Amino acid sequence: MLDLIAQVQIQDRSSGDASCVADNGFCPSWIVDNLNRYTDPLLQHVYLTIVSLAIGFAISFGLALIAHRRRWLVAPITQITGVLYTLPSIAVFFLLLPITGRGNTTAIIALVAYSLLIIFRNIIAGLDNVPAETKDAGRGMGLTDRQLLWRVELPLALPEILAGLRIAATTTVGLATLAFFAGAGGLGERIFEDIVFKSNVVTAGALAVLLAAAFDVVILIVQRAVTPWARARAS
Amino acid sequence: MNRSEPAQEQGPSARPAAATLEFREATKIYPGQDDPAVDALSLTVPAGEICVLVGPSGCGKTTAMRMVNRMIDITSGDILLDGRSVRERRPAELRREIGYAIQQIGLFPHLTVADNIATVPRLLGWPKDRTRARVDQLLELVSLDPADTRDRYPAQLSGGQRQRVGVARALAADPPLMLMDEPFGAIDPINRERLQNEFLRLQKEIRKTVVFVTHDIDEAIKMGDRIAVLQRGGKLAQYAPPAELLMYPNGRFVEDFVGADRALKRLALQRVRDIDLWKAPLVRVGEPVADARRKVQDSDVPYPLLVDADGRPLGWLSERALTGERVTEDLRSKAEPAVELDDVLRDALSDLLANEAQYGPVLDARGAVAGVLSLEIIGHALQEPPEQVRSGADALAADG
Repeated sequence: MLDLIAQVQIQDRSSGDASCVADNGFCPSWIVDNLNRYTDPLLQHVYLTIVSLAIGFAISFGLALIAHRRRWLVAPITQITGVLYTLPSIAVFFLLLPITGRGNTTAIIALVAYSLLIIFRNIIAGLDNVPAETKDAGRGMGLTDRQLLWRVELPLALPEILAGLRIAATTTVGLATLAFFAGAGGLGERIFEDIVFKSNVVTAGALAVLLAAAFDVVILIVQRAVTPWARARAS
Repeated sequence: MNRSEPAQEQGPSARPAAATLEFREATKIYPGQDDPAVDALSLTVPAGEICVLVGPSGCGKTTAMRMVNRMIDITSGDILLDGRSVRERRPAELRREIGYAIQQIGLFPHLTVADNIATVPRLLGWPKDRTRARVDQLLELVSLDPADTRDRYPAQLSGGQRQRVGVARALAADPPLMLMDEPFGAIDPINRERLQNEFLRLQKEIRKTVVFVTHDIDEAIKMGDRIAVLQRGGKLAQYAPPAELLMYPNGRFVEDFVGADRALKRLALQRVRDIDLWKAPLVRVGEPVADARRKVQDSDVPYPLLVDADGRPLGWLSERALTGERVTEDLRSKAEPAVELDDVLRDALSDLLANEAQYGPVLDARGAVAGVLSLEIIGHALQEPPEQVRSGADALAADG
């Protein structure tokens, strides 16, 4: 099995300050020398996060648009996605294993399930916060429901929608550290493979934190770029 | 006045400048309610006139207005726009032909002023350059500087500016009918007055058919060519021009609603220039006394009014000034109060009362005496039949 071979390879702690490494200590020189070992897990982590967020956003967006027209659906959708959100993540990975097997699919399904509630609720909140008079004026000028949604309601809901995406992104980066239980690798695999070695844990952990921060900043920059009106105030 | 702008003549959206609006037994009963919100409302608004729907809250005035562009569907009866039922029109299409301005304005916060105004032209598929030209034209029409305002977001405007943009947006596609729901309701009194005057001036130019909703009878009297007073339960109490409404309220409800000071309100509809003034016995220093005495005899005023070389009033002459050969500058009192031709009668009356005067000189735009206004004349003006009293945009001074 490839995973087992990978484990054997990572536990080979050649190079660097030998005594520090032998003590499982925090060894900057070892980290510098071995940084390339983390490239593939990091990219796998990014891949899991982006794919899960994209799918999660697509599903939440669809559900939100349906629930926006049929308000009675908001409560049941919130409840169902809420249940998905509260299930213990490791349990979900193990529950899915017999059905979808080890690998990315299982991990992504679980990560998507976690993102739904956050994104769905934020899209609904964003649409609800559009001022009633803005919608009334739009309709009164002859915008159809669809035009109102795409030209007025969704643009005005963008700050909340993107705020939801930011929370979902950081949560997903965090949860993806458990994706190796489903055999999907990622930074979590590195951590748990040699959890007694401080240098390893700190490096993999720090990369996960930086990744979460990077997603947050990128989405924030996008949000500011697409909502110039939100910063426009009387000068 | 059927002014057709060049912009109207091109493109598929060319249509008449104003439409006739007719309510025919239009009724609205909300689901689950027994009593109608609007009860068999029948009235006709002639093309190019402002019809004000006024009444206490809950009288159905906003509902009645919103039935016109089908924001609220009619339960029974009909509403005809230029003879065509709104019920057979597709709502979105109908609404693009009807200007819509509401109290909360409802500008799109995420769009610039120019994009807000361009909403309906874009829905109608106007070419870009025509839309751009129209936006600038409208901004000028509502007294905003296009270069300065065009690219701002609504949050960067003052309340009055936002209201003007709202009106410009409602006028964007040159609709033959405008619906305005308390458009100046959220503005402070000073700016409201200014916006009202601006809108009346604008209306004089564009001559749209306007349905204007307000709960304020003074605003109704000021803005309306015709006023429809509604009472609770959506029943039409009276539909008449302002002067007629004030002079002949047709029942207890309208009488109470227009207020006990309705005679004074009527005076607000007339300007000094609209009524026949007394001829002033104008004399100058050095004029023969005999001439001055003759002028006084020909006039309704008991004393001669001394004026300077340009005809500006100096004061009322005393008896002693007329004792010699020539008129001397011996004044009995100053020429106060001086009222202006453009003053409404209510303000002129107030000036007279404040100075405890029976009469006062009326000045034209250059400050020269144009005649004399007296309490007696104002009394006569109150008896003038209402059809003589102009209203709405027509009541504005000709040079305004």
